Amino acid sequence: MSAEAAKKLVTPTPQKEIDRVKEWINTEDYKEKNFARTSLVINPAHACQPLGAQMVATAFEGSLPFVHGSQGCASYFRSTFSRHYREPAAATCDAMTEDGAVFGGQNNLFEGLENAYALYKPKMMPVYTTCMPEVIGDDLTAFIKNAKQKGHIPEELPAPYANTPSFNGTHIHGYDAMLRSILQNLTEGQSVEGKCTGKLNIIPGFDGNVGNLREYKRICDLMDIPYTMLADASDIFDSGCDGEYKLYAGGTKLEDAAESINGKATIALQKYSTANTMKFIDAEYTGAKEVLPMPFGVKKTDELILKLAELFDKEVPEELKAERARAVDAMTDAHQYLHGKKFAVFGDPDYVIGIISFLLEMGAHPYHVLVSRATKKVKKELEALLETSPYGEGCTVYVNKDLWHMRSLLVTDPVDGMIGDTHGKWAARDAGIPLFRIGFPIIDRVNLHRSPVVGYQGAVNMLTMIANKFLDIKDETCEDQWFEMMR
Amino acid sequence: MEQSKKMRQIAIYGKGGIGKSTTTQNTVAGLASLGKKVMIVGCDPKADSTRLILHAKAQETVMDKVRELGTVEDLELEDVMKWGYGDVKCVESGGPEPGVGCAGRGVITAINFLEEEGAYTEDLDFVFYDVLGDVVCGGFAMPIRENKAEEIYIVVSGEMMAMYAANNISKGILKYSASGNVRLAGLICNSRNTDCEAELIEALAAKLGTQMIHFVPRDNQVQRAELRRMTVIEYSPEHKQAQEYRELARKISENKMFVVPTPLEMEELEELLMEFGIMEVDDEENIGKAENA
Repeated sequence: MSAEAAKKLVTPTPQKEIDRVKEWINTEDYKEKNFARTSLVINPAHACQPLGAQMVATAFEGSLPFVHGSQGCASYFRSTFSRHYREPAAATCDAMTEDGAVFGGQNNLFEGLENAYALYKPKMMPVYTTCMPEVIGDDLTAFIKNAKQKGHIPEELPAPYANTPSFNGTHIHGYDAMLRSILQNLTEGQSVEGKCTGKLNIIPGFDGNVGNLREYKRICDLMDIPYTMLADASDIFDSGCDGEYKLYAGGTKLEDAAESINGKATIALQKYSTANTMKFIDAEYTGAKEVLPMPFGVKKTDELILKLAELFDKEVPEELKAERARAVDAMTDAHQYLHGKKFAVFGDPDYVIGIISFLLEMGAHPYHVLVSRATKKVKKELEALLETSPYGEGCTVYVNKDLWHMRSLLVTDPVDGMIGDTHGKWAARDAGIPLFRIGFPIIDRVNLHRSPVVGYQGAVNMLTMIANKFLDIKDETCEDQWFEMMR
Repeated sequence: MEQSKKMRQIAIYGKGGIGKSTTTQNTVAGLASLGKKVMIVGCDPKADSTRLILHAKAQETVMDKVRELGTVEDLELEDVMKWGYGDVKCVESGGPEPGVGCAGRGVITAINFLEEEGAYTEDLDFVFYDVLGDVVCGGFAMPIRENKAEEIYIVVSGEMMAMYAANNISKGILKYSASGNVRLAGLICNSRNTDCEAELIEALAAKLGTQMIHFVPRDNQVQRAELRRMTVIEYSPEHKQAQEYRELARKISENKMFVVPTPLEMEELEELLMEFGIMEVDDEENIGKAENA
């Protein structure tokens, strides 16, 4: 075929047609078609189970995450964490290939565990799976038992494992499954009748914001409550730059995790990403167990602090009281810039619940709320929360929808801003509204993962980010006569 | 480019234990004795689709070699292809041990390998796929994907479960025929000496819109040949059973009746079985009642 003939095969779409479609996808008519879509997902607002498993598998001292499955999947998890935290995200993989798919992945697992252990000398190797071994039915229980019996890894090396097929659930379910498995493994035989360490177990849930984890720890320190965070990724995904790379840069100590079963109390700060873990803890752990909402805004932070004071019989320290007062002051100062503003919110259920309660406190309207792959229970809880405030009126909660649905909502029924992770940037751009980056992953802005959005401090951070953006927009877009010195 | 003669690719399906492998190998031997060039591709982890042609206990399979080498990339065609009676080319896909891994994926891997390595040479008249009885997943439908087997023969007998299976397989063919050229080419009745067997299978074939291409009578000569790991055609070419298989081979060779099947509804199939007295007409209220209840 001549070069001329080859060129002719490509028919460029006429500009007129491009313009027509561009306009059409902003219409009600298109929105209806978009919402009738059932079997296709466009720009989903969630990641897959093993990614969540990796977050928790990383977060223990000397722990080396081990992916049983395909290499490409492992690269996806690692690169997502690296882009979000701007840190290395160490993980190993047994790289199953064609023959592994046919014969099962036991040999890959044997060799992989042996190699990884010899090279990196981890204290623990949590194993989690990708789709491939799940579809062919690899039996992790037997494989890992065999690996130890045959001496590929030492008998005493903790190798907790979780089945985390990507085609089922989301990253929060993988987080839950892996955390439960690690705790089951480490606490086995550690329960001592009548023993109490006097410590708090604090479970942050799937949270890409290391600033939040540090905030929880700071609050515990201020209240003089000894704690074990299950699990603490903050130093690993936010390690300092001192010229030396540390493969294991922190994390929850294994002996602390083992002792957590004898703790004085356990508090989970996310409900949906810890449901199965909490079932295990409810059955096996001593002490009180509480599941609280993420402490977004003043009210939910109060709830956490009062609960801590009650469980550990502590006074609320003056420092926290002063912090609260400053937060309330900051909210009062800024409320006029948020009050009455409409927001679209998307993300993980626990995050979305928190963000909504913050918005309601500020007198802002959550308007389009979207959670992908969520149950009816999540929807009901969100709707109940919206009903607690007049600012929740007129809000619609969408579950099992994606960010292409969200785009239709934004262009047909506009709002002032959107809150969610980086994946929302196209829809926000098309709708001409700002995206406030809260969630996971944030891969197009720096340092947001270090800035807490929970606690009194987090509330101040959030409203500062949001209010100032609206003021920036005003300054950038207002006519000259309204361009004021003071705002 | 000169039009080469068209290689016919044929898949043999049927209920487990119905005699697919025996029938296939005897038929292939029949075709070979008629001077046809044939290749058999065994698509069953049990790997018993070529032993009568090769006089072997079991052929080393594609997946055996992959297991040994650790990767399919280093595998050569000559490692896994054998020539047997009548110059018939034999390959077995093989698969994992029972209970581990994915046998269906093994079939896909093996067939992809054969294609890439040029096993489908132009001198072949026929390729036969002898497939595991229960088409439990997509891997075992690999032989009837696009550009593979377009003719399917179902081995069946007058037993009820064999007929159920044949009807189910027809449903599968119907699904695949919508997007490709897969057609049902006929039922091969491998007789179990049940009552009115030929008439029953003829009737079933008619309902399915196809033909009973041949009625293979039951004969212990088949087993006698099998003890020597041979087809009847080779073991006793003059025996009447050898003649039956040659006849089946000739009919397949000359077959032009390729249809999109019209599978039966369950009630329809049961009616047919009642009509021939395989299932007794019984009151609805007796269903699920024990004999002495």
